[in-house]
Amino acid sequence: MADLRINLAGIESPNPFWLASAPPTNSGYQVQRAFEAGWGGAVWKTLGDPILNVTSRFAGISFNGQRVAGFNNIELITDRPLDVNLKEIYETKKKFPNHAVIASLMVEPQQEKWHEIVKRVEDVGVDGLELNFGCPHGMAERGMGSASGQVPALVERQTYWVKEVAKTPVIVKLTPNITDITATAEAAANGGADAISMINTINSLMGVDLDTWNPIPHVAGKGAHGGYCGPAVKPIALNMVADCARHPQINIPISGIGGISNWRDAVEFMLMGATGVQVCTAAMHHGFRIVEDMIEGLNHYLDSKGIVSVSEIIGKSVPKYSDWGDLDLNYNIAARINTDVCINCNKCYIACEDTSHQCIERLTDSTGKSYLKVREEDCVGCNLCSIVCPVDGAIDMIELPRELPPMTWNERQAVLNAAACKVDISK
Amino acid sequence: MPTEKMQRISLINLEQNFQEVEQGYSNQEATEEANRCLYCYDAPCIKACPTGIDIPTFIKKIASGNLLGSAKTIMSSNPVGASCARVCPTEELCEGSCVLNYSTSPIMIGKLQRFATDWAIQNDRTLFGPGPSNGKKVAIIGAGPAGLSAARELARFGYDVTIFEAAEKAGGLNTYGIVSFRLPQRISYWEVEQVKKLNVKIRTNTAVGKDISAQELLEKFDRIVLAVGMGNVPSLEIEGENLNGVYDAIEFVKATKTGKLSQHFIGKKVVVIGAGNTAIDGATCSVRLGAENVKIIYRRTAEEMTAYDFEYEFAKMDGVEFRWLTAPKRILGDENGKVIGIECYKMKLGDPEADGRRRPVAIQNSEFVIQADAVIKAIGQTRHINLIEQFGIAHENGVVQVNPQNWQTSNPKIVACGDVIFGKGKGEAMVVTAAQQGKMAAYEIHKQLSSVSSPV
Repeated sequence: MADLRINLAGIESPNPFWLASAPPTNSGYQVQRAFEAGWGGAVWKTLGDPILNVTSRFAGISFNGQRVAGFNNIELITDRPLDVNLKEIYETKKKFPNHAVIASLMVEPQQEKWHEIVKRVEDVGVDGLELNFGCPHGMAERGMGSASGQVPALVERQTYWVKEVAKTPVIVKLTPNITDITATAEAAANGGADAISMINTINSLMGVDLDTWNPIPHVAGKGAHGGYCGPAVKPIALNMVADCARHPQINIPISGIGGISNWRDAVEFMLMGATGVQVCTAAMHHGFRIVEDMIEGLNHYLDSKGIVSVSEIIGKSVPKYSDWGDLDLNYNIAARINTDVCINCNKCYIACEDTSHQCIERLTDSTGKSYLKVREEDCVGCNLCSIVCPVDGAIDMIELPRELPPMTWNERQAVLNAAACKVDISK
Repeated sequence: MPTEKMQRISLINLEQNFQEVEQGYSNQEATEEANRCLYCYDAPCIKACPTGIDIPTFIKKIASGNLLGSAKTIMSSNPVGASCARVCPTEELCEGSCVLNYSTSPIMIGKLQRFATDWAIQNDRTLFGPGPSNGKKVAIIGAGPAGLSAARELARFGYDVTIFEAAEKAGGLNTYGIVSFRLPQRISYWEVEQVKKLNVKIRTNTAVGKDISAQELLEKFDRIVLAVGMGNVPSLEIEGENLNGVYDAIEFVKATKTGKLSQHFIGKKVVVIGAGNTAIDGATCSVRLGAENVKIIYRRTAEEMTAYDFEYEFAKMDGVEFRWLTAPKRILGDENGKVIGIECYKMKLGDPEADGRRRPVAIQNSEFVIQADAVIKAIGQTRHINLIEQFGIAHENGVVQVNPQNWQTSNPKIVACGDVIFGKGKGEAMVVTAAQQGKMAAYEIHKQLSSVSSPV
């Protein structure tokens, strides 16, 4: 069994799986149930001045019958009094001293407000703080959440105010509703943040009811944008984590969030630079018990790779993530169809014929049986056929022998520019 | 211990025994199954369907919630697509060719087709309208699957179509011949209504050759489609065939679909002669009418039996017993002329016949008696030779001869389709084949009549 313990900027937890600040961490009852199920940590539902909520609050997206491919909410921060939350945090921490309890915080962007809440929360024994600069709905209209999180100067200043008084590690949770997340991540680092977490939810409108023409979800026939999360956002979140992880000016740990549904997703986030992960939608879809497979699956994976501690995988894929200009222009792959596995649905054929490079042929063998064949000389190696193929192993993308040495776009341009300079000089 | 059959069959409420066996999909089941379809390009299921239904398209439409479009896609290719959803041997056709047979498990195409057509039936949708009138008249003889199919296509082209049907109701085999627990009559009636809504006139209770002459039709109509199907079960040519308690399987099944169900079979012993799909129908209907014991006797073996595998399995589930290599010698009656049993020969298989099946030969001195209160004959169907000859068209033992290119009979004004042209060794007589032939016959007529410039 591998060592699954993590240490994120000084916050220790028995495994990398934390519940994100959200409905699942609304109360002591829930967080304690989660810890009993095996979760390594929990970021408490955001504390702040009490608010009012509306009904309804959530919506899910089904894709071809698969429920909760994406999820959104218009619920605000905790609607329970601060005293009640603090009492339950205290009790929870007492019962589970080895589990990480992090308080998510959101107040108006004023120094004394931040100072006050940080002190009160740290008094009950939390292991760390997470500043919610990400909530995209409701609170943002009042200048909090993503309204703060979209302005690098506000992120830096508020982080600084928190750090003035905080005794525990401070995580800044970032919003993806911004052109370049590394700008706010850098601001958090500059403000003294011990770690960053991402992503918070994405601005979204889940749908429109075809009969009532109401937005989904709606409140008495009216809707407002919500925060999008769940499996569908994973690629967006992973890119943002990776971009921060490879940024030279951002050198603090990352807590990865966004569509993580199982141990495989967690491994991907950790390979791309996350020290630990936070989960919400998967728990809301299936309950806390899903963590059992997350822990076991991660363990088996690490064992199979001969890795002793999960912390060894952190950031291992970051050097492999770069800019387009650094990709090798002379690397070539082509599709190859394994006719013994192929079931002849012709999906690859029509996808290539209509929407890619017209290089799959429908042929008939000597016995009259039809089969598909890739014209390799015309194949651009785009992957489309293997993506639409419904059968594992029917299409392989094969690496072709190199004809030219590796050369990236940037290298090519450098060579061309150098040549142009020489021409200029010779003139 | 109560058998499965005893639990399912009510001796008090026979009607209940004739309710449809197979349950349709719920919305959610249909959506899940539809989403499983790969939406193949140039899909093999389309080619495997005799009527060429664009199956991936109709399934995609179920998945998207476009049920009206789905039903139209089905019914435009197959005018009796709602019946076929229930009676087609899908394992041998569309589902048998599904590419998922080679990876997971095939899409339940028949059940999805039923879901879409049931939706159209329940929501009382009219799927097609008649084409603008072209002033030409076509008579169709027989309102079964082939005739209805031809009528539907001709009406959409704008022909003035009249169907002549000898029975009280239209629908042919679908209305009278397929057991209710497989195909409720309302499905067949809905298909008939769909055709009627295209201004097709259906003259029921009108037997051509009796109520109206062949000559009159030839004079009054531009073209004639002969789609009369087949007749009743032929004579066994054995002693005792006219005893009280001997039934024709076609008539026997028809009786379970018209009027009140007979109470006479409760607790009785029934012997069915033959092992085709009609024999199975006769046997399973007997079980559902409350018969205590039902035996099928067949002069060959399970190997040569023409009933579909799923029908055979269904009969066994119903507790029907099979007596292979058994042929009837004579039917025995009591002093009142009532059936009391059937004397049979034991058979053995000899040399292969022309159709490749081995000839059954009676074993000498092997006679034995099976007790029976009723005997149902299901040894094939007779041909409407008399009617065919009234039209003066060429036939071979009642099988109308057609040019396979254009479905034309020896009289160029008459095309023929469906069971009336179905001969031995020419595949299977399926509803879906008849529907396709009806379509093709209609297209041929349209080709002929639309290329001839109409006289001014």
